[in-house]
Amino acid sequence: MLKGLLVLLLFQGIGEATSHYSGLPIPGPVIGMILLFIYLQLSRSELSIGLGDAAHFMIRWLSLLFVPACVGFFFLIKIPNKQWVAVTGVIVISTLVTMIITAFLMKYLMAKSKRFKPKAEQ
Amino acid sequence: MVEIITPVLLLMLTFFAFSLAFWLYRISKSRPIISSLFHPLVTAPILVSAVLLLINIDYSDYRKANQPLFFLLGTATVALAIPLHQQFHHIRNLTKPLLLTLVFGASFAVISALSIAWVLGATPETLISLAPKSVTTPVALGIAEKINGEPALTAGIVVFTGVIGAIFGPLLFRWLGISDDRIKGFVLGICAHGVGTARAFEISGKCGAFSSLGLGLTGAITAIILPWIIIYTFR
Repeated sequence: MLKGLLVLLLFQGIGEATSHYSGLPIPGPVIGMILLFIYLQLSRSELSIGLGDAAHFMIRWLSLLFVPACVGFFFLIKIPNKQWVAVTGVIVISTLVTMIITAFLMKYLMAKSKRFKPKAEQ
Repeated sequence: MVEIITPVLLLMLTFFAFSLAFWLYRISKSRPIISSLFHPLVTAPILVSAVLLLINIDYSDYRKANQPLFFLLGTATVALAIPLHQQFHHIRNLTKPLLLTLVFGASFAVISALSIAWVLGATPETLISLAPKSVTTPVALGIAEKINGEPALTAGIVVFTGVIGAIFGPLLFRWLGISDDRIKGFVLGICAHGVGTARAFEISGKCGAFSSLGLGLTGAITAIILPWIIIYTFR
């Protein structure tokens, strides 16, 4: 598991460096995730148990890691902005509508691709 | 003395609030609607904020004390590559539906938010801060900086979007009769970024992997496309 954590930190570092020096608007950890994914896909050997455990551990407590960022939301009220109600309404409505439409679109597209390639699905 | 131990106590506050929130969530599990509203991502931040207001501590001090968690959020993002790798055989067959859903969902999230806000009479500054709402926080902050939005406002909007999506997403799926974990996960990742992904992993590993994919791809395409849309619209 320690080796696994080391691998995650290594790719986080590579991602941060790539993001910083390339000037890409994508943050370091996302680049790190993409690079680690590519590495795992290309390597022929099995995924090491240590890395699997480390990732499983991090993801299991992902919600905890978001708590400090979420707390920030309650302290935004101090920002002089009178458009609070509108902003909240917009977020709730547009998020829910987007979720509904996107879910149905994906369901439709998946059913359609299944019809053309019935074997690929299984 | 107090100055020395405050950071430790503030970090402990996060863990304590989360444990309490997690316990509440556990005992409410039998009722899906109540348990959604009692998700740790709703209750824990409320508990922390209440304590901070009560003992009169600034958010910036709390944030500084909790810096290790912000750092580990980056490590956890990298860790999303593992479920993605393990579930990739499910994803490979679905390239076309996934890409179409992604492009549509990511643009619809931005366009619907902007048009509703515009109808309600939001100022251009608010509109710009709203635009990156469905993208994972670090990407959103980068975009907000690029398009001259208000970073603090954007961060708050992003987090709120994620929490709304994570709470109501699973309820919506139940009501709409969507039972496929691949759809649930991908939609959560597109619309509710990391917070939605955390929720998706509670549903199943497959759901989480599709959510990670949605999160990563939405972050990437929004980061590339949005600055251009904004420049074009507000010139």
